[in-house]
Amino acid sequence: MNTHFKRPLIAAILMSPLSAIAATQPEINQLQQQVSELEQRIEALGDATDARPMGSSPTTIGGYGELHYNNLENQLVGGTDKKEIDFHRFVLFFGHEFNSHTRLFTELELEHTLSGDGQPGEVELEQAYVEFDLNDQMNARGGLFLIPIGLINETHEPPTFYGVERNPVEKNIIPATWWEAGVGFSHHMANGISYDLALHSGLYAADYNIRGSRQKVAKAKADALAYTARIKWTGIPGLELSATLNHQTDIRQDTMAKSVAADLLEAHAVFNTGPFAIRALYAQWTLDDDGTATGKDEQNGWYIEPSYKVDDKWGVFARLNTWDNQAGDSADSEYQQTDLGVNYWPHQDVVIKLDYQDQSTPTGTSEYDGINLGIGYQF
Amino acid sequence: MLADHLKGRLARPLLLILLLTGLSTVYARGVYQEPEEFVTEAFAGKVPKTQRIWLSGELGNTYRQVMQEAPPQLRLRYWKRETRSVWILQAIGKEHPITAGFIVERGRLQLAKVLTFRENRGWEIRYPFFTNQFQQVGLGEQGQLDTHIDAITGATLSVRAMNHMARMALLLAKQVGDTHVTP
Repeated sequence: MNTHFKRPLIAAILMSPLSAIAATQPEINQLQQQVSELEQRIEALGDATDARPMGSSPTTIGGYGELHYNNLENQLVGGTDKKEIDFHRFVLFFGHEFNSHTRLFTELELEHTLSGDGQPGEVELEQAYVEFDLNDQMNARGGLFLIPIGLINETHEPPTFYGVERNPVEKNIIPATWWEAGVGFSHHMANGISYDLALHSGLYAADYNIRGSRQKVAKAKADALAYTARIKWTGIPGLELSATLNHQTDIRQDTMAKSVAADLLEAHAVFNTGPFAIRALYAQWTLDDDGTATGKDEQNGWYIEPSYKVDDKWGVFARLNTWDNQAGDSADSEYQQTDLGVNYWPHQDVVIKLDYQDQSTPTGTSEYDGINLGIGYQF
Repeated sequence: MLADHLKGRLARPLLLILLLTGLSTVYARGVYQEPEEFVTEAFAGKVPKTQRIWLSGELGNTYRQVMQEAPPQLRLRYWKRETRSVWILQAIGKEHPITAGFIVERGRLQLAKVLTFRENRGWEIRYPFFTNQFQQVGLGEQGQLDTHIDAITGATLSVRAMNHMARMALLLAKQVGDTHVTP
């Protein structure tokens, strides 16, 4: 090792003007020979490293997380304010490429820091599926996967969206984050059109509570399965148009005499041009009424979110959200929420968020107004 | 009940999926063009001698700053004839490396093409409706791309990787003596 450093050093000294006078021709020749050999060795070293494959490890790790602080005043007389700090989500992704056309994706999530009996949080397996490439445009998957619907269900890393909390429409209507187990098929075409088909486990509820009917593939009832179909067009950069239909054959899972089939239609548009962006989404459930629906046989919501990216680090947004989980009757059951806020990205994978929310809710229900502060990351 | 479904309404879509799976030839997704083929096309079949540039010292630091990852190798191969140079670069999208080829001429991108893509999201970036945005893009005064590249929803990280590689290709072209770099 020392020799490698000594030789060029000696060569440099001897080749200096003073030394050159003293150096004899054979010495100079010898040094030139040594420099030449050194160059060859460096080239050989470079060739050896060039020959190494540039690919990454077949096993990959990623993740994201978000800490939230909510300071919300409940406008309901006698209602409880929400002033809390919560590490809402800590998520780890693990992936593995078995070979060039077979790979695994998994996502493990810890919500609210602590899980277990009497604790506020949960440990959840949100993705665990094997994907098979059929060709360069088609793939099939089997396992536990996110339902291809909406904007936030599949892409929900904190730096990718505005607002500390995820929007209430996709949370309460779709209901994101929503995953099921089954098989799926996707086809991407060169014109920017893609479609997804999936056959998977279904919702289960004795009532009409959509969000509460997610079984999360935990010893889930599989008497009545469900289908999802999505079509999406992203043929113009900055523009996305998408629609999804989900059909539940029976959200009672054959536990009652009368089955309750349900259909969810979701459509959204996204348009980005320069620093401006706008997102709009509409979702609607239509459920069979077995006589106990009390207006919950129709549930719908929409939001629109314009935003402006000041530079690479700052962005501001506004969002108007409306949702109603009891839209099938004339009762006052519609919620509205307006959000205004700012995102600051100190690094492209780290975000600090601040927003103000103002709710308008049905008479007699909690109405939270105030600020939310959060920090999130992805890697 | 499940058995009834499988025999009845569920049988058709299930069979369709199985049929598609069975009929399709299973082969690797992701390799759309080999780098050698891209280089050959870039020089219309008359490929100049392969050259190598060391990603060490200041250039190595520039690479880390622009690509936001360490150079995958000590040296980078490139091909150059007169004012045209061709670069094959690699960047991580979300989890997996994306390989792209770039043709630079007189300080501007003539072509950007995704050669290998293995991410499960962001597939849109491989198609011309996205990559055409890079045509005639150069470097601004601060060394940034001088044209805004419209993003794709759900493909943020893949788009970002392409932007990094495009910028790096232009900087490398400048480094090896593209004397017509603008501005």
